Amino acid sequence: MKAPPFAYLRATSLDDAFRLWSAAGPEAKLLAGGQSLIATLAFRLSEPSALIDISRVPELGGITEAGGAIRIGALVTHAQLGASELVRRHVPLLAEAVPLIAHAAVRNRGTFGGSLAFADPAAELPACCVALDATVIARTRSGERRIPAAQFFTGLYTTALAADELIAAVELPQARPGERSTIIELARRSGDYAMAGIAVRAKIAGSTLVEPNVVFFGVGDRPISAGRAASALAGKPAAPATVAEAQAALGGDLDPPADQHGTPEMKLHLARVLLARALDRLIGHAGARAA
Amino acid sequence: MSTTLDIAMTVNGERIARRVEARQHLIDFLRLDLGLMGSHAGCEHGLCGACTVRVDGRIVRGCLVLAAALDGATVETIEGVSDTGEIRDLQNAFIARNACQCGYCTPGMLLTAADLLASKAEPTREEIREHLSGNYCRCTGYHAIVDAVEAVARQRNGKAQP
Ligand SMILES: Cc1cc2nc3c(=O)[nH]c(=O)nc-3n(C[C@H](O)[C@H](O)[C@H](O)COP(=O)(O)OP(=O)(O)OC[C@H]3O[C@@H](n4cnc5c(N)ncnc54)[C@H](O)[C@@H]3O)c2cc1C
Ligand code: FES
Ligand code: FES
Repeated sequence: MKAPPFAYLRATSLDDAFRLWSAAGPEAKLLAGGQSLIATLAFRLSEPSALIDISRVPELGGITEAGGAIRIGALVTHAQLGASELVRRHVPLLAEAVPLIAHAAVRNRGTFGGSLAFADPAAELPACCVALDATVIARTRSGERRIPAAQFFTGLYTTALAADELIAAVELPQARPGERSTIIELARRSGDYAMAGIAVRAKIAGSTLVEPNVVFFGVGDRPISAGRAASALAGKPAAPATVAEAQAALGGDLDPPADQHGTPEMKLHLARVLLARALDRLIGHAGARAA
Repeated sequence: MSTTLDIAMTVNGERIARRVEARQHLIDFLRLDLGLMGSHAGCEHGLCGACTVRVDGRIVRGCLVLAAALDGATVETIEGVSDTGEIRDLQNAFIARNACQCGYCTPGMLLTAADLLASKAEPTREEIREHLSGNYCRCTGYHAIVDAVEAVARQRNGKAQP
Protein backbone atom coordinates (compact mmCIF):
# COMPACT_ATOMS: atom_id res chain seq x y z
CA MET A 1 0.00 0.00 0.00
CA LYS A 2 1.00 3.62 -0.35
CA ALA A 3 1.58 5.96 2.57
CA PRO A 4 -0.99 8.71 3.18
CA PRO A 5 0.05 12.27 2.24
CA PHE A 6 2.14 14.19 4.74
CA ALA A 7 4.51 17.13 4.79
CA TYR A 8 8.26 16.58 5.05
CA LEU A 9 10.56 18.88 7.00
CA ARG A 10 14.31 18.34 7.29
CA ALA A 11 16.03 19.47 10.49
CA THR A 12 19.65 20.60 10.25
CA SER A 13 20.38 20.99 13.98
CA LEU A 14 18.82 20.00 17.28
CA ASP A 15 17.38 23.50 17.78
CA ASP A 16 15.97 23.37 14.28
CA ALA A 17 14.39 19.96 14.99
CA PHE A 18 12.59 21.22 18.10
CA ARG A 19 11.46 24.39 16.30
CA LEU A 20 10.06 22.45 13.31
CA TRP A 21 8.51 19.83 15.58
CA SER A 22 6.60 22.27 17.77
CA ALA A 23 5.53 24.37 14.78
CA ALA A 24 4.23 21.27 12.99
CA GLY A 25 1.92 20.40 15.88
CA PRO A 26 1.00 17.23 17.76
CA GLU A 27 0.19 15.18 14.64
CA ALA A 28 3.78 15.39 13.39
CA LYS A 29 6.24 12.50 13.86
CA LEU A 30 10.02 12.25 13.92
CA LEU A 31 11.69 10.34 11.11
CA ALA A 32 15.08 8.72 11.77
CA GLY A 33 16.04 5.67 9.66
CA GLY A 34 12.44 5.10 8.62
CA GLN A 35 12.85 1.32 8.81
CA SER A 36 9.86 0.95 11.11
CA LEU A 37 8.02 4.21 10.51
CA ILE A 38 7.81 4.07 6.69
CA ALA A 39 6.57 0.47 6.88
CA THR A 40 3.81 1.42 9.36
CA LEU A 41 2.82 4.37 7.15
CA ALA A 42 2.52 2.03 4.15
CA PHE A 43 0.00 0.07 6.23
CA ARG A 44 -1.67 3.38 7.15
CA LEU A 45 -1.39 2.49 10.82
CA SER A 46 -1.05 6.21 11.43
CA GLU A 47 -1.54 9.37 9.40
CA PRO A 48 0.93 11.99 10.61
CA SER A 49 0.51 15.55 9.33
CA ALA A 50 4.25 15.89 8.86
CA LEU A 51 7.49 13.99 9.25
CA ILE A 52 10.37 15.85 10.84
CA ASP A 53 13.50 14.24 9.40
CA ILE A 54 16.13 14.25 12.16
CA SER A 55 18.54 11.98 10.29
CA ARG A 56 20.91 14.86 9.48
CA VAL A 57 21.05 16.41 12.95
CA PRO A 58 24.77 16.31 13.82
CA GLU A 59 24.24 16.45 17.60
CA LEU A 60 22.46 13.09 17.52
CA GLY A 61 25.22 11.02 15.93
CA GLY A 62 28.51 9.49 16.98
CA ILE A 63 29.90 6.95 19.42
CA THR A 64 32.13 8.34 22.17
CA GLU A 65 33.84 7.26 25.37
CA ALA A 66 33.23 9.40 28.45
CA GLY A 67 33.85 8.72 32.13
CA GLY A 68 33.69 4.93 32.11
CA ALA A 69 30.69 4.93 29.80
CA ILE A 70 30.11 4.59 26.08
CA ARG A 71 27.71 7.14 24.64
CA ILE A 72 25.88 6.11 21.51
CA GLY A 73 24.08 8.84 19.60
CA ALA A 74 20.46 8.18 18.67
CA LEU A 75 21.27 8.27 14.95
CA VAL A 76 23.99 5.63 15.05
CA THR A 77 22.84 2.97 12.61
CA HIS A 78 22.87 -0.72 13.40
CA ALA A 79 25.63 -1.08 10.80
CA GLN A 80 27.76 1.63 12.46
CA LEU A 81 27.19 0.01 15.85
CA GLY A 82 28.41 -3.32 14.49
CA ALA A 83 31.49 -1.74 12.93
CA SER A 84 32.56 0.24 16.01
CA GLU A 85 35.79 -0.81 17.71
CA LEU A 86 34.78 1.06 20.89
CA VAL A 87 31.56 -0.93 21.04
CA ARG A 88 33.27 -4.24 20.38
CA ARG A 89 35.80 -3.58 23.13
CA HIS A 90 33.61 -2.01 25.82
CA VAL A 91 30.03 -3.13 25.15
CA PRO A 92 30.50 -6.47 23.39
CA LEU A 93 26.87 -7.48 23.94
CA LEU A 94 25.78 -4.79 21.47
CA ALA A 95 28.29 -5.93 18.85
CA GLU A 96 27.00 -9.48 19.27
CA ALA A 97 23.39 -8.27 18.88
CA VAL A 98 23.85 -6.42 15.59
CA PRO A 99 23.89 -9.41 13.20
CA LEU A 100 20.62 -10.57 14.77
CA ILE A 101 18.87 -7.32 13.86
CA ALA A 102 17.10 -7.51 10.49
CA HIS A 103 19.21 -7.71 7.32
CA ALA A 104 22.19 -5.76 6.01
CA ALA A 105 20.05 -3.37 3.94
CA VAL A 106 17.88 -2.53 6.97
CA ARG A 107 20.89 -2.24 9.29
CA ASN A 108 22.36 0.37 6.95
CA ARG A 109 19.56 2.81 7.80
CA GLY A 110 17.84 1.72 11.02
CA THR A 111 19.05 3.62 14.10
CA PHE A 112 19.67 2.91 17.78
CA GLY A 113 17.35 5.71 18.88
CA GLY A 114 14.64 4.60 16.46
CA SER A 115 14.77 1.06 17.77
CA LEU A 116 14.40 2.22 21.38
CA ALA A 117 11.65 4.72 20.57
CA PHE A 118 9.72 2.19 18.49
CA ALA A 119 9.99 -0.27 21.42
CA ASP A 120 9.08 -3.45 19.61
CA PRO A 121 8.86 -6.09 22.35
CA ALA A 122 10.85 -8.53 20.18
CA ALA A 123 13.67 -6.07 19.38
CA GLU A 124 17.22 -6.83 20.47
CA LEU A 125 18.58 -3.40 21.43
CA PRO A 126 15.93 -2.56 24.05
CA ALA A 127 16.63 -5.89 25.79
CA CYS A 128 20.38 -5.31 25.62
CA CYS A 129 19.95 -1.85 27.12
CA VAL A 130 18.02 -3.29 30.06
CA ALA A 131 20.54 -6.11 30.55
CA LEU A 132 23.41 -3.59 30.47
CA ASP A 133 21.77 -1.06 32.84
CA ALA A 134 21.90 1.59 30.13
CA THR A 135 20.64 5.13 30.56
CA VAL A 136 18.51 6.80 27.90
CA ILE A 137 19.33 10.48 27.44
CA ALA A 138 16.06 12.20 26.54
CA ARG A 139 15.95 15.80 25.33
CA THR A 140 13.28 18.41 25.12
CA ARG A 141 13.68 21.92 23.81
CA SER A 142 14.48 23.10 27.32
CA GLY A 143 16.57 20.36 28.83
CA GLU A 144 17.80 16.84 29.32
CA ARG A 145 16.51 13.91 31.37
CA ARG A 146 18.26 10.63 32.16
CA ILE A 147 15.99 7.58 32.17
CA PRO A 148 17.22 4.15 33.30
CA ALA A 149 16.51 1.61 30.53
CA ALA A 150 14.58 -0.57 32.99
CA GLN A 151 12.06 2.28 33.37
CA PHE A 152 12.09 3.42 29.76
CA PHE A 153 9.96 0.67 28.23
CA THR A 154 6.46 1.00 29.64
CA GLY A 155 4.42 -1.36 27.46
CA LEU A 156 3.70 -2.56 23.95
CA TYR A 157 5.38 -0.05 21.61
CA THR A 158 5.28 2.53 24.39
CA THR A 159 8.02 4.32 26.28
CA ALA A 160 8.52 6.87 29.04
CA LEU A 161 9.21 9.63 26.48
CA ALA A 162 6.99 12.70 26.78
CA ALA A 163 5.21 13.98 23.66
CA ASP A 164 7.81 16.71 23.10
CA GLU A 165 10.83 14.60 24.03
CA LEU A 166 13.28 12.77 21.78
CA ILE A 167 16.10 10.33 22.42
CA ALA A 168 19.44 12.10 22.04
CA ALA A 169 21.71 9.24 23.03
CA VAL A 170 22.14 6.16 25.17
CA GLU A 171 24.88 5.73 27.76
CA LEU A 172 26.19 2.28 28.59
CA PRO A 173 28.61 1.33 31.34
CA GLN A 174 31.80 -0.24 30.00
CA ALA A 175 32.14 -3.95 30.64
CA ARG A 176 34.11 -4.57 33.85
CA PRO A 177 36.91 -7.12 34.12
CA GLY A 178 35.50 -10.63 34.49
CA GLU A 179 32.16 -9.63 33.02
CA ARG A 180 30.55 -11.81 30.37
CA SER A 181 27.48 -11.31 28.26
CA THR A 182 25.64 -12.98 25.45
CA ILE A 183 22.49 -12.71 23.35
CA ILE A 184 20.64 -15.57 21.66
CA GLU A 185 17.34 -15.66 19.83
CA LEU A 186 15.08 -17.98 17.91
CA ALA A 187 13.57 -16.70 14.67
CA ARG A 188 11.94 -18.49 11.76
CA ARG A 189 14.03 -16.65 9.20
CA SER A 190 17.41 -15.14 10.00
CA GLY A 191 16.91 -11.40 10.49
CA ASP A 192 13.24 -11.60 11.39
CA TYR A 193 12.05 -10.38 14.74
CA ALA A 194 12.63 -13.10 17.33
CA MET A 195 9.99 -15.57 18.50
CA ALA A 196 11.89 -15.45 21.77
CA GLY A 197 15.27 -14.13 22.79
CA ILE A 198 17.53 -13.64 25.79
CA ALA A 199 20.26 -11.18 26.72
CA VAL A 200 22.37 -12.05 29.77
CA ARG A 201 25.15 -10.25 31.53
CA ALA A 202 27.02 -11.44 34.62
CA LYS A 203 30.37 -11.40 36.31
CA ILE A 204 31.89 -14.82 36.29
CA ALA A 205 34.09 -15.99 39.16
CA GLY A 206 35.30 -19.49 38.33
CA SER A 207 32.04 -21.07 37.25
CA THR A 208 29.95 -18.89 39.56
CA LEU A 209 27.64 -16.18 38.24
CA VAL A 210 27.82 -12.95 40.20
CA GLU A 211 25.00 -10.37 39.87
CA PRO A 212 23.46 -11.87 36.75
CA ASN A 213 21.06 -9.75 34.66
CA VAL A 214 18.72 -11.97 32.67
CA VAL A 215 16.46 -10.20 30.18
CA PHE A 216 14.04 -11.75 27.70
CA PHE A 217 12.55 -10.28 24.54
CA GLY A 218 9.70 -11.43 22.35
CA VAL A 219 7.92 -13.04 25.29
CA GLY A 220 6.08 -10.05 26.77
CA ASP A 221 4.94 -6.53 25.97
CA ARG A 222 8.46 -5.14 26.54
CA PRO A 223 11.91 -6.45 27.57
CA ILE A 224 11.33 -8.57 30.69
CA SER A 225 13.90 -8.85 33.49
CA ALA A 226 13.75 -12.36 34.90
CA GLY A 227 14.47 -11.48 38.54
CA ARG A 228 13.52 -14.84 40.01
CA ALA A 229 15.68 -16.79 37.60
CA ALA A 230 18.55 -14.36 38.26
CA SER A 231 18.23 -14.89 42.04
CA ALA A 232 18.25 -18.64 41.53
CA LEU A 233 21.55 -18.30 39.68
CA ALA A 234 23.29 -15.60 41.70
CA GLY A 235 26.34 -16.68 43.65
CA LYS A 236 26.08 -20.32 42.69
CA PRO A 237 28.14 -22.42 40.34
CA ALA A 238 26.16 -22.93 37.14
CA ALA A 239 25.72 -26.67 37.70
CA PRO A 240 22.83 -28.52 36.01
CA ALA A 241 20.72 -28.42 39.20
CA THR A 242 21.10 -24.63 39.45
CA VAL A 243 20.21 -24.16 35.81
CA ALA A 244 17.12 -26.35 36.25
CA GLU A 245 16.11 -24.29 39.28
CA ALA A 246 16.47 -21.06 37.28
CA GLN A 247 14.48 -22.55 34.40
CA ALA A 248 11.69 -23.47 36.81
CA ALA A 249 11.77 -19.96 38.30
CA LEU A 250 11.04 -18.50 34.86
CA GLY A 251 7.45 -19.63 35.34
CA GLY A 252 7.14 -16.84 37.91
CA ASP A 253 9.05 -14.28 35.84
CA LEU A 254 7.34 -14.61 32.48
CA ASP A 255 3.72 -14.55 31.42
CA PRO A 256 4.07 -14.66 27.63
CA PRO A 257 1.07 -13.64 25.55
CA ALA A 258 0.04 -15.87 22.66
CA ASP A 259 1.12 -14.39 19.33
CA GLN A 260 1.54 -15.41 15.70
CA HIS A 261 4.48 -17.62 16.71
CA GLY A 262 2.68 -19.79 19.23
CA THR A 263 1.08 -20.36 22.59
CA PRO A 264 2.23 -19.00 25.96
CA GLU A 265 3.36 -22.53 26.90
CA MET A 266 5.54 -22.78 23.81
CA LYS A 267 7.09 -19.38 24.49
CA LEU A 268 7.86 -20.29 28.09
CA HIS A 269 9.44 -23.50 26.85
CA LEU A 270 11.59 -21.56 24.37
CA ALA A 271 12.62 -19.14 27.11
CA ARG A 272 13.79 -22.05 29.26
CA VAL A 273 15.76 -23.55 26.40
CA LEU A 274 17.35 -20.16 25.68
CA LEU A 275 18.31 -19.66 29.33
CA ALA A 276 20.21 -22.96 29.41
CA ARG A 277 21.95 -22.19 26.11
CA ALA A 278 22.91 -18.70 27.22
CA LEU A 279 24.38 -19.96 30.50
CA ASP A 280 26.26 -22.59 28.61
CA ARG A 281 27.79 -19.90 26.44
CA LEU A 282 28.66 -17.66 29.38
CA ILE A 283 30.35 -20.37 31.36
CA GLY A 284 31.87 -21.73 28.16
CA HIS A 285 33.38 -18.28 27.52
CA ALA A 286 34.77 -18.19 31.05
CA GLY A 287 36.07 -21.73 30.77
CA ALA A 288 37.79 -20.94 27.50
CA ARG A 289 39.48 -17.99 29.13
CA ALA A 290 40.64 -19.94 32.16
CA ALA A 291 42.06 -22.74 30.00
CA MET B 1 2.94 22.76 5.27
CA SER B 2 3.56 21.50 1.77
CA THR B 3 3.30 17.83 0.87
CA THR B 4 5.70 18.25 -2.06
CA LEU B 5 9.29 19.42 -2.24
CA ASP B 6 12.19 19.90 -4.64
CA ILE B 7 15.09 17.51 -4.49
CA ALA B 8 18.30 16.88 -6.43
CA MET B 9 20.33 13.69 -6.49
CA THR B 10 22.76 11.73 -8.58
CA VAL B 11 21.23 8.61 -10.09
CA ASN B 12 23.56 6.23 -11.91
CA GLY B 13 26.04 9.04 -12.39
CA GLU B 14 23.53 11.55 -13.72
CA ARG B 15 22.46 14.69 -11.82
CA ILE B 16 18.69 14.97 -11.66
CA ALA B 17 16.34 17.48 -10.03
CA ARG B 18 12.62 16.90 -9.53
CA ARG B 19 9.67 17.97 -7.44
CA VAL B 20 8.39 14.97 -5.47
CA GLU B 21 5.53 14.13 -3.19
CA ALA B 22 6.88 13.77 0.34
CA ARG B 23 5.25 10.38 0.78
CA GLN B 24 6.82 8.85 -2.35
CA HIS B 25 9.35 6.11 -1.69
CA LEU B 26 12.53 5.79 -3.68
CA ILE B 27 11.31 2.87 -5.85
CA ASP B 28 8.22 4.71 -7.07
CA PHE B 29 10.41 7.73 -7.71
CA LEU B 30 12.88 5.68 -9.78
CA ARG B 31 10.17 3.83 -11.70
CA LEU B 32 7.46 6.40 -12.18
CA ASP B 33 9.41 9.66 -12.31
CA LEU B 34 12.69 8.49 -13.85
CA GLY B 35 11.44 5.49 -15.85
CA LEU B 36 14.03 3.15 -14.32
CA MET B 37 12.02 -0.07 -14.18
CA GLY B 38 14.81 -2.37 -12.95
CA SER B 39 14.11 -1.74 -9.26
CA HIS B 40 11.07 -3.73 -8.17
CA ALA B 41 8.52 -3.13 -5.45
CA GLY B 42 7.15 -6.35 -3.97
CA CYS B 43 5.77 -5.97 -0.47
CA GLU B 44 6.43 -2.24 0.05
CA HIS B 45 6.99 -2.73 3.75
CA GLY B 46 10.51 -4.00 4.11
CA LEU B 47 10.09 -7.77 3.99
CA CYS B 48 11.00 -9.03 0.52
CA GLY B 49 14.13 -7.19 -0.61
CA ALA B 50 13.00 -6.88 -4.25
CA CYS B 51 13.54 -3.12 -3.91
CA THR B 52 17.22 -3.29 -2.89
CA VAL B 53 19.22 -0.39 -4.36
CA ARG B 54 22.39 1.45 -3.36
CA VAL B 55 22.32 4.81 -1.63
CA ASP B 56 25.69 6.48 -1.03
CA GLY B 57 27.39 3.18 -1.72
CA ARG B 58 25.36 1.03 0.69
CA ILE B 59 22.44 -1.26 -0.04
CA VAL B 60 19.07 -0.15 1.33
CA ARG B 61 15.45 -1.12 0.98
CA GLY B 62 14.15 1.41 -1.54
CA CYS B 63 10.57 1.01 -0.33
CA LEU B 64 11.58 2.18 3.16
CA VAL B 65 13.38 5.34 2.06
CA LEU B 66 11.55 8.48 1.04
CA ALA B 67 12.84 10.13 -2.11
CA ALA B 68 12.38 13.40 -0.22
CA ALA B 69 14.94 12.32 2.37
CA LEU B 70 17.59 11.71 -0.30
CA ASP B 71 18.27 15.26 -1.40
CA GLY B 72 21.98 15.31 -2.29
CA ALA B 73 22.35 11.53 -2.24
CA THR B 74 24.01 9.24 -4.77
CA VAL B 75 21.75 6.41 -5.92
CA GLU B 76 22.76 3.37 -7.95
CA THR B 77 20.27 0.95 -9.42
CA ILE B 78 20.57 -2.30 -11.33
CA GLU B 79 20.60 -0.26 -14.55
CA GLY B 80 23.65 1.68 -13.33
CA VAL B 81 25.70 -1.30 -12.19
CA SER B 82 24.76 -3.17 -15.37
CA ASP B 83 26.02 -0.30 -17.54
CA THR B 84 29.34 -0.05 -15.69
CA GLY B 85 29.90 -3.80 -15.96
CA GLU B 86 30.65 -3.96 -12.25
CA ILE B 87 28.57 -7.10 -11.67
CA ARG B 88 28.78 -8.66 -15.13
CA ASP B 89 30.26 -11.87 -13.68
CA LEU B 90 27.42 -12.19 -11.16
CA GLN B 91 24.85 -11.60 -13.89
CA ASN B 92 26.44 -14.22 -16.12
CA ALA B 93 26.59 -16.74 -13.29
CA PHE B 94 22.91 -16.13 -12.42
CA ILE B 95 21.99 -16.88 -16.02
CA ALA B 96 24.31 -19.88 -16.36
CA ARG B 97 22.97 -21.51 -13.17
CA ASN B 98 19.32 -20.64 -13.68
CA ALA B 99 19.41 -18.43 -10.58
CA CYS B 100 17.24 -15.95 -12.44
CA GLN B 101 13.85 -17.39 -13.35
CA CYS B 102 10.93 -14.93 -13.37
CA GLY B 103 13.49 -12.23 -12.53
CA TYR B 104 11.41 -10.34 -9.99
CA CYS B 105 13.86 -10.79 -7.15
CA THR B 106 16.97 -10.68 -9.33
CA PRO B 107 18.01 -6.99 -9.24
CA GLY B 108 17.77 -7.03 -5.44
CA MET B 109 19.56 -10.37 -5.20
CA LEU B 110 22.38 -9.16 -7.44
CA LEU B 111 22.95 -5.94 -5.50
CA THR B 112 22.82 -7.81 -2.19
CA ALA B 113 25.24 -10.46 -3.46
CA ALA B 114 27.58 -7.75 -4.79
CA ASP B 115 27.46 -6.11 -1.36
CA LEU B 116 28.53 -9.36 0.30
CA LEU B 117 31.38 -10.01 -2.13
CA ALA B 118 32.64 -6.44 -1.69
CA SER B 119 33.20 -7.04 2.03
CA LYS B 120 34.04 -10.74 2.01
CA ALA B 121 36.15 -12.24 -0.74
CA GLU B 122 35.28 -15.86 -0.08
CA PRO B 123 32.11 -16.29 1.94
CA THR B 124 30.93 -19.74 2.99
CA ARG B 125 27.58 -21.01 1.68
CA GLU B 126 26.22 -20.33 5.16
CA GLU B 127 27.42 -16.72 4.98
CA ILE B 128 25.92 -16.32 1.51
CA ARG B 129 22.57 -17.60 2.77
CA GLU B 130 22.79 -15.29 5.80
CA HIS B 131 23.51 -12.21 3.70
CA LEU B 132 20.71 -13.00 1.25
CA SER B 133 18.27 -13.91 4.03
CA GLY B 134 16.37 -10.64 3.59
CA ASN B 135 15.64 -11.27 -0.09
CA TYR B 136 12.74 -13.49 -1.03
CA CYS B 137 12.70 -15.57 -4.21
CA ARG B 138 9.52 -17.40 -5.12
CA CYS B 139 11.02 -19.34 -8.04
CA THR B 140 14.47 -20.78 -7.52
CA GLY B 141 14.40 -22.33 -4.07
CA TYR B 142 17.60 -20.30 -3.45
CA HIS B 143 20.00 -23.15 -4.12
CA ALA B 144 20.88 -21.94 -7.61
CA ILE B 145 21.39 -18.41 -6.30
CA VAL B 146 23.80 -19.58 -3.60
CA ASP B 147 25.61 -21.66 -6.24
CA ALA B 148 25.96 -18.63 -8.51
CA VAL B 149 27.31 -16.35 -5.78
CA GLU B 150 29.73 -19.03 -4.58
CA ALA B 151 30.94 -19.61 -8.14
CA VAL B 152 31.63 -15.90 -8.67
CA ALA B 153 33.53 -15.63 -5.38
CA ARG B 154 35.77 -18.52 -6.42
CA GLN B 155 36.17 -17.14 -9.92
CA ARG B 156 37.18 -13.72 -8.57
CA ASN B 157 39.77 -15.47 -6.41
CA GLY B 158 41.10 -17.33 -9.41
CA LYS B 159 39.89 -20.69 -8.12
CA ALA B 160 38.29 -23.58 -9.96
CA GLN B 161 34.49 -23.76 -10.16
CA PRO B 162 32.65 -25.93 -7.63
C1 LIG C 1 12.41 -6.44 7.37
C2 LIG C 1 12.72 -5.79 8.69
C3 LIG C 1 13.17 -6.58 9.72
C4 LIG C 1 13.47 -6.01 10.96
N1 LIG C 1 13.93 -6.82 11.93
C5 LIG C 1 14.27 -6.30 13.10
C6 LIG C 1 14.80 -7.11 14.13
O1 LIG C 1 14.97 -8.33 13.97
N2 LIG C 1 15.11 -6.53 15.31
C7 LIG C 1 14.94 -5.18 15.51
O2 LIG C 1 15.25 -4.70 16.59
N3 LIG C 1 14.46 -4.39 14.57
C8 LIG C 1 14.13 -4.91 13.37
N4 LIG C 1 13.65 -4.07 12.40
C9 LIG C 1 13.44 -2.64 12.71
C10 LIG C 1 14.71 -1.81 12.62
O3 LIG C 1 15.60 -2.17 13.65
C11 LIG C 1 14.42 -0.33 12.74
O4 LIG C 1 15.57 0.31 12.30
C12 LIG C 1 14.13 0.26 14.10
O5 LIG C 1 13.12 -0.43 14.75
C13 LIG C 1 13.66 1.69 13.98
O6 LIG C 1 14.71 2.54 13.73
P1 LIG C 1 14.60 3.68 12.64
O7 LIG C 1 15.77 4.55 12.81
O8 LIG C 1 14.40 3.08 11.33
O9 LIG C 1 13.32 4.49 13.15
P2 LIG C 1 12.10 5.12 12.36
O10 LIG C 1 11.41 4.10 11.58
O11 LIG C 1 12.54 6.35 11.65
O12 LIG C 1 11.21 5.56 13.60
C14 LIG C 1 10.54 4.62 14.41
C15 LIG C 1 9.77 5.38 15.49
O13 LIG C 1 10.67 5.94 16.43
C16 LIG C 1 10.53 7.37 16.47
N5 LIG C 1 11.90 7.88 16.61
C17 LIG C 1 12.95 7.64 15.79
N6 LIG C 1 14.07 8.20 16.29
C18 LIG C 1 13.72 8.82 17.44
C19 LIG C 1 14.43 9.58 18.42
N7 LIG C 1 15.76 9.79 18.33
N8 LIG C 1 13.75 10.06 19.48
C20 LIG C 1 12.41 9.82 19.60
N9 LIG C 1 11.68 9.14 18.72
C21 LIG C 1 12.33 8.63 17.65
C22 LIG C 1 9.83 7.75 15.20
O14 LIG C 1 9.07 8.91 15.36
C23 LIG C 1 8.94 6.53 14.95
O15 LIG C 1 7.77 6.62 15.71
C24 LIG C 1 13.32 -4.62 11.16
C25 LIG C 1 12.86 -3.81 10.12
C26 LIG C 1 12.57 -4.38 8.90
C27 LIG C 1 12.07 -3.51 7.80
S1 FES D 1 9.36 -3.92 -1.70
FE1 FES D 1 10.84 -3.23 -0.34
S2 FES D 1 11.23 -4.93 0.88
FE2 FES D 1 9.57 -5.61 -0.36
S1 FES E 1 13.47 -15.60 -9.87
FE1 FES E 1 11.34 -15.34 -9.56
S2 FES E 1 11.31 -14.46 -7.57
FE2 FES E 1 13.35 -15.03 -7.76
